[in-house]
Amino acid sequence: MVQSLDFLKESPSQTAGPYVHIGCVPEFAGIKGVYPDQLGAAMVNDKTRGESIVITGRVIDGSGTPLTDAMLEIWQADADGLFNSPAELRGTADPNFTGWGRQPTAGDTGVYLFETIKPGRVPFPDGSLQAPHISFWIVARGINIGLQTRMYFGDEKKANSEDPILNRIELNTRVKTLIAASKGNTYTFDIHLQGENETIFFDI
Amino acid sequence: MKNTQPETGAFFPRDRDWHPKAYTPGYKTSVLRSPRNALLSLGNTISEITGPVFGHDMLGERDNDLVLNFAKPGASAIGERIIVHGRVLDERGIGMSGVLLEFWQANAGGRYRHKKDNYLAPLDPNFGGCGRAITDENGAYSLRTVKPGPYPWPNGPNDWRPSHIHFSVFGYGFVQRLITQMYFEGDPLIPLCPIANAISDPEAIKRLVAPLDMANTIPFDARAYKFDIVLRGRRSTMFENRPEGN
Ligand SMILES: [Fe+2]
Repeated sequence: MVQSLDFLKESPSQTAGPYVHIGCVPEFAGIKGVYPDQLGAAMVNDKTRGESIVITGRVIDGSGTPLTDAMLEIWQADADGLFNSPAELRGTADPNFTGWGRQPTAGDTGVYLFETIKPGRVPFPDGSLQAPHISFWIVARGINIGLQTRMYFGDEKKANSEDPILNRIELNTRVKTLIAASKGNTYTFDIHLQGENETIFFDI
Repeated sequence: MKNTQPETGAFFPRDRDWHPKAYTPGYKTSVLRSPRNALLSLGNTISEITGPVFGHDMLGERDNDLVLNFAKPGASAIGERIIVHGRVLDERGIGMSGVLLEFWQANAGGRYRHKKDNYLAPLDPNFGGCGRAITDENGAYSLRTVKPGPYPWPNGPNDWRPSHIHFSVFGYGFVQRLITQMYFEGDPLIPLCPIANAISDPEAIKRLVAPLDMANTIPFDARAYKFDIVLRGRRSTMFENRPEGN
């Protein structure tokens, strides 16, 4: 006989459904006055350090249609590569940068948009540096469990070529699905749920 | 002595057979919205073990009271008054404090306050359908609401959602992020529901069904349902895999 490994099981995921906006972005759903502001709408203020950028794109289904009912959340380091989180033990992140954002895709065009700053590089567990990146979490009707991926920057070729995760990706023809095209301070990152350009999603 | 240093260990891997698969054709919308390639498994880095936290000071007095938080002064939402309460634990059984929970639901007639919901049942002018709470030092939370009604939805020719409350949950790390749904004990629509049945293990579905909790019922006021939520656990930080000497 042995003792039992008495871990609990994680609560199983269920889809966010078509009405996720009511709970997570209520102002977008037209529900005003319950909360003073919409959580995750503003990541930066006028004192935030770093290079201001815009990240925009669509979430596209297997028929090529952009989702007009998805919600995305992003998480990233500040300009110096520090996270605004209690588990950040290397230093104190910029107090004027939350690092976390939440946006719906537009009800007509399916376009999402985040105003943020370009993150600094953060270490990999072996001590090497990762390329600048932003973690994405995507939920919607028809998505049974939130999808996890990362966005890297198209204008960081050298850092990307050294990145331990991008270099580990077996199917290197698919690495391009993680890299946002840059134009000025705007980065375009379309997420393809299926098809030839299906985005790499992580189990992380 | 209480250990106040935040934990930084990697999270336990998700049991992808326990969670619903991405492609579940009984739930038709998943067909075009499910990735077809295998997920790429990676270990956690600092980007995954960190995550946003939210302070109790952001909460308004009625944030967890859906009976009143959208109602006109002196009015309240129509429906069966209930309290939902429970704890947020991690897979090690540790109560998680400071966890932000967001809830949303249909009104007592099964209608959402959303422009895309055109079900026949009327809106309740005193019910918005959203709420939020942050767990206390033991991981406990509670909300007051009205029991949501079941509603029909376009999937099969005659599919009805069981009564349910949607929950969005933050942990301490961004990869603990979870959205799920709470069902009610005894609802005969649960075993018929294509969304609940996207979960293949009946044991797993049971974890989403809240039992009636008579002990916490408030006599002559509101019935109680107990709903505990479990987030991914994490490894001890003692012997993390990193170069010797670091
Ligand atoms: Fe629902």
